[in-house]
Amino acid sequence: MEHAIWAEGLVKRFGGTTALDGVDVQAAKGSVLGLLGPNGAGKTTVVRVLATLLRPDAGRASVHGYDVCSDAHRVRRLVGLTGQYASVDEQLTGIENLLLIGRLLGMARGEARRRGEELLEQFGLADAGHQAVGAYSGGMRRRLDLAASLVGRPPVLFLDEPTTGLDPRARTEMWELTRQLVAGGTTVLLTTQYLDEADELADDIVVIDHGRVIATGTPQELKARAGGSTLAVRPEDAERLSTVRRIVGELARVEPEVQGALVTAPITDPAVLPAVVRRLDEADVRVTELALRGASLNEVFLSLTGRPAEEVEAASEEGDGEAGRQGDPSEEVPR
Amino acid sequence: MSAQAATGGRSPEAEPAPRVGLLEGVRQSLTLAWRTLVQVRHNPFELSDFSIQPIMFVLLFTYVFGGAIAGSVHDYLRFMLPGMIVMNMLFVTLYVGQGLNTDLTRGFFDRLRSLPIARWAPLAGRIAADQVKQAWSILLVFVVGLILGFRLGPPGVPGMLGAVVLLLVFALAFSWVAVLVGLLAKDAERVQIFGFTALFPITFVSNVFVPADTMPGWLQAFVDINPVSILAEACRGLMLGGAVATPVLKSLAWALAIAVVFAPLSVWVFKRKL
Repeated sequence: MEHAIWAEGLVKRFGGTTALDGVDVQAAKGSVLGLLGPNGAGKTTVVRVLATLLRPDAGRASVHGYDVCSDAHRVRRLVGLTGQYASVDEQLTGIENLLLIGRLLGMARGEARRRGEELLEQFGLADAGHQAVGAYSGGMRRRLDLAASLVGRPPVLFLDEPTTGLDPRARTEMWELTRQLVAGGTTVLLTTQYLDEADELADDIVVIDHGRVIATGTPQELKARAGGSTLAVRPEDAERLSTVRRIVGELARVEPEVQGALVTAPITDPAVLPAVVRRLDEADVRVTELALRGASLNEVFLSLTGRPAEEVEAASEEGDGEAGRQGDPSEEVPR
Repeated sequence: MSAQAATGGRSPEAEPAPRVGLLEGVRQSLTLAWRTLVQVRHNPFELSDFSIQPIMFVLLFTYVFGGAIAGSVHDYLRFMLPGMIVMNMLFVTLYVGQGLNTDLTRGFFDRLRSLPIARWAPLAGRIAADQVKQAWSILLVFVVGLILGFRLGPPGVPGMLGAVVLLLVFALAFSWVAVLVGLLAKDAERVQIFGFTALFPITFVSNVFVPADTMPGWLQAFVDINPVSILAEACRGLMLGGAVATPVLKSLAWALAIAVVFAPLSVWVFKRKL
């Protein structure tokens, strides 16, 4: 298998903090690798090392076989970087940003302009191309940021938390654009705090925590490790709680948990949900909440580390982002 | 393990890795300078920032203090304008620091560093763009002076051009101080704060606004060695006539000294920070 991205034993310390403590990462050409972990896990540091922005203290990394330290210039010709924070110039217009990058990459003025306009078109920004980026919405800015990393048609793309802070629609748009790039043969390394995002896009996932790889596998494998899904039912009338509890218990074949008026039970068979709906209807129970939750990152983390993601906060690492927002932070889990 | 060899400090270049040529780097710097100037075009606020403030200063000092300090508004304008241009030049260098700081904190710098361009191009581009802003602000203060009644002395236009060149050379050197401040400051506002807390005292404890003879002796001693005084004196000489050679040489010596100290220091901090 030919690797587009290859790293072995990456170590990086910031002062007394060890951000990376021996990380191995590999991505085959044309694949999508998801780097999953909570804030401060070291995801951004891995990307910064691979994008030649940081020198590792130990270990080795290469892109298309070129060492990120000794052959940094060659690596820079191959990679595009879309940061967690939209790293475009807010005071310039969309087209000026792309023009600037094109010119820096050595394109002639006309060529850079054509490429810029083509990308604006492709990313649905043609109308906004002559507006200052400062006036863009979060989703538009992120799309422009992605466009900016594609000016030179890099075969390898780093997406560092591309959807953090975006609304669901903008998020779906980013996913769609990413899929198009992958379909065109681009290798993508994606960092994310969201399992569903890694699930949607990645062929393989590396879960990191405290600068160490704690699990690798396909999305399916990881979710299987985290257990199946959770069924949650809340009857409208609290009097019917025992009925709900009985029905859920029978179908899920486990003793359900009851928290207030909410009945939850882990299930592995997706056919349980319609069966529960039918039985509740037959028993004439009206519900205000009926949900099937997939394994969240929290649950993956819980199963891998024995503690929820929120508590895995490593000593603050620069650039590793805003507060995590996945799962339910109020979940009661013993430390 | 060969992994260790590849990462122990600066890697030995086994096969020559391609580098960016000097000419290419210069072209990239100019592209980045273009970007800084386009920013100004889009953000007229910044333009008014470094246009209105000096105009206001010239007007205030001339009409409010002028009569009291020099006996007549016109005499004071003659005395003060060259120094005002010097003061304004120092403040304009802060834009290098502010712009650099914004790029660093907003992540734009990471984008630049991930591109296959010369490592020094972003800095060089900033400083080059600053020189254009400098020339503009020197011209601006000068024209406001002309409107208020300032006239060049015997050295005439060649003297004035000499002053502009001297100011730009000094600005180039002083930009390295601004770069250092921009690298160390937590945000762009703090670069401004530095301007007010460090540059104001340095420019006021000089001979820019008043002759030093009424100051206490110890303060006069500082005024005499203050590069702002020396540069102001050189500009007076070049614009109005009088001693030129000594203050010009001393100004160049100061510029050199500042560059020799702050350029390597800034580059060192720059490399460490990234």
